[in-house]
Amino acid sequence: MCQVDEDYHDQLEHVDAPSVSKKCGKCKEATAAVVIRAGDTYCRDCFKEYFVHKFRAMLGKNRIIFPGEKVLLAVSGGPSSCSMLSQVQEGLSQNAHKKLRFLPGIIYIDEGGAVGQSVEERRRTVAELQALFRATGFPFHIVPLEQVLDLPGSVVTVAPSPSEQPASAYKAAVDHFIQSDGGSRLTPQNQQETSHPDVQESHTQSLQQLIASAKTLTAREDLLSTLRHHVLVYTARTEGYSKVMLGDNCTRLAVKLLTSISLGRGAQLAQDTGFSDSRYGDIILVRPMRDYSAKEIAYYNRMFTVPSVFIPGLDTMTTDKASIQRLTESFVTKLQAGFPSTVSTIYRTSEKLQTVCRSSSTADLRCLLCMCALDTAVEDASAFKATQISEQLSQTKSPETQRQIQGTLQQSPSRLLPPDSAEEERIVGEQQAAEAAVHLPKMTSLKSLMCYSCQLTIKDMTSVEHLPQYILSEAQRRQRRSQMREEISEFLLDEGDGGD
Amino acid sequence: MPVLCSSCAEKRAVLKRPKTGHSLCKDCFFWAFEEEVHQTIVAAKLFRHGETVGIAASGGKDSTVLAHVMKLLNERYDYGLELMLLSVDEGITGYRDDSLETVKRNQQQYELPLKIVSYEELYGWTMDAIVKQVGLKNNCTFCGVFRRQALDRGAIMLKVDKICTGHNADDVAETVLMNVLRGDIARLRRCTAISTSSEGDGVVPRCKPLKYAYEKEIVLYAYFKKLDYFSTECIYSPNAYRGYARTFLKDLESVRPSSIIDVIHSGENLSVRDGVKMPVQGTCNRCGYISSQALCKSCVLLEGLNRGLPKLGIGKHHRLHGKILSQQPLTEKEQRKLKPVDF
Repeated sequence: MCQVDEDYHDQLEHVDAPSVSKKCGKCKEATAAVVIRAGDTYCRDCFKEYFVHKFRAMLGKNRIIFPGEKVLLAVSGGPSSCSMLSQVQEGLSQNAHKKLRFLPGIIYIDEGGAVGQSVEERRRTVAELQALFRATGFPFHIVPLEQVLDLPGSVVTVAPSPSEQPASAYKAAVDHFIQSDGGSRLTPQNQQETSHPDVQESHTQSLQQLIASAKTLTAREDLLSTLRHHVLVYTARTEGYSKVMLGDNCTRLAVKLLTSISLGRGAQLAQDTGFSDSRYGDIILVRPMRDYSAKEIAYYNRMFTVPSVFIPGLDTMTTDKASIQRLTESFVTKLQAGFPSTVSTIYRTSEKLQTVCRSSSTADLRCLLCMCALDTAVEDASAFKATQISEQLSQTKSPETQRQIQGTLQQSPSRLLPPDSAEEERIVGEQQAAEAAVHLPKMTSLKSLMCYSCQLTIKDMTSVEHLPQYILSEAQRRQRRSQMREEISEFLLDEGDGGD
Repeated sequence: MPVLCSSCAEKRAVLKRPKTGHSLCKDCFFWAFEEEVHQTIVAAKLFRHGETVGIAASGGKDSTVLAHVMKLLNERYDYGLELMLLSVDEGITGYRDDSLETVKRNQQQYELPLKIVSYEELYGWTMDAIVKQVGLKNNCTFCGVFRRQALDRGAIMLKVDKICTGHNADDVAETVLMNVLRGDIARLRRCTAISTSSEGDGVVPRCKPLKYAYEKEIVLYAYFKKLDYFSTECIYSPNAYRGYARTFLKDLESVRPSSIIDVIHSGENLSVRDGVKMPVQGTCNRCGYISSQALCKSCVLLEGLNRGLPKLGIGKHHRLHGKILSQQPLTEKEQRKLKPVDF
């Protein structure tokens, strides 16, 4: 009923009373162990096969990860990313059928400083995860989020992507790899681990100041996820990885889609929720878990004991209406309970969306924070223009009242001031305006470099002083460049790449 | 300490604008609201000088405010439009007959010609009779489809060039969210357009001048201007799927007031991948109305109602169009599928 293309079956579906000795729907031999959807029952082995097959199929169908590539796995400790880790392990093991052929590395970003965890708690979590990572044998990096304060400006620029390998080259690359006995190259190297020494207290405080400067939880979460992405990209670039795998599952991506729409990120939906995200140019973010619902992952983790660590986030244990992200999550989960096809319908919608961002556009036309193509071109009849008009109209004087003011001024030469209280109000207002005016130019100039939704995030911040240095210096660099371009605009021949 | 209006800084502010949070006095608010609608009309080039425009009036707050503002702007900025009121009577006792009284009052207040078309005369069915057959779950589909055609037919009877409806920002945002939840990519692309672009006989282009006006601001405007309107929920609507999208949107607005415009902005900037199958516009083989299938939806729905198979229009039914057109009886199996479910 809730889907446009829904088909109705011939008769009312017979609902079988659940019986203990129900057979697996696939092999029809063994007893069923899990019910994924109504009518979809699996025994243990078939479920494992189904789960593993989905992962391979997702990677194989999209043909993005070439053999021999270094891929960074972003593990947050939660069930989805730990499941992804175990799938990669399975896929790379020697006896796997059609084994995977890339070189993985793990990264965990320690956000305890931003969330408000104590140093002790952070150390404990890191130790747990270290043990987990060591068991896999892959090289891993444990990076505190405080590192974001030291990042270079190159993080928010688009690096040119290596020559784009078309999908047809994939098959050739795989064959070549097999022939040249690539197997030997993939034996696990000496496991490297990089974990930074205990973070300086002052850095943690700066980070907390930055997060606290965003007034609303929505803006905080948005800012946090942006900083997280920047750290991911920076680590990938410095350690030589060309792809990053994120562990977002279907349910989370459905929530993300609705949240993005509510935040004004319609133009960037395909990149936020699609399989591959190429906004950074050389580093491609991939989401192989996007076909799995949270339920399937939970079942798998339990049945096959995949270890995971729970780490509280910014919105853990907050009320439904604390932030837009939290609100959307509770909305989708409640709707899913009543209409079981909600999440998969939303997921299918996200598959039909396109990336607007083209890799050839210069970095200057990208948002400063989220690195997606700007969607703030003010067209004549658009929501953005309407917002600007509303702002203007609520602040300027209307012609009628202006005339009235003029009239009263002419009548009484000594301008009568309204009663004291209003006068105070006005003075206070002027002072506040003066203070705001100091911050205003910086904030306004930053806003002009951002896309619609990042502008909303910045608007929620009390001041932009606390933003990490790399963002502020990159903003200044772009402003200088655009000034330059304005000066010589009449002499430039084409609109294309002016080089960076 | 009285707060001064942030626009004229002279008078005391009497309201806070939901859209921007500024405090304004009455006159400045009226001026801002009317000016925004004017800017929307001018920027989107909704009307041309000398056109006849039908205002779809239901008696509710949106259409009452729309009629008022259109008349005001027509005079203030000399649009040169000839305005008329067009109303649809769905035949819902206790709801529609009350709101129609409001429309008749509006007609006298604004001195605009009024035409009322009813489902009874167009289709032979009132909504009350339809709900008796269909039940309380899918009836909004019938009402919506029938109303669209009713408006067009009424517009042709009145000989207007355009129709304007009172859809506000909240409505458009709800529609975007609902289309995402239902996976309707085709509608998702079209729903944020401020005016329809279909040409052809039997179809009158329609537009939404209030597209960027918040519902709360419309109520504020009507309240301070002392406009009278009818404000009850349709008695058949509680189970509509749109209700979920509406609750969600209201919650979003309470977290961040600009969410409504943000959702519209997202909807306007969505781009669909090439190669996704989209419906093609054609005409209905039976009544000639625009349709993307062989038979238009209202013909299918009517056929279902008349044959006592109310589920004919709900769900996939393309394969049956040929049979319906040629008046063949449906097989037993097909009939069983389409009968209403007894509880």
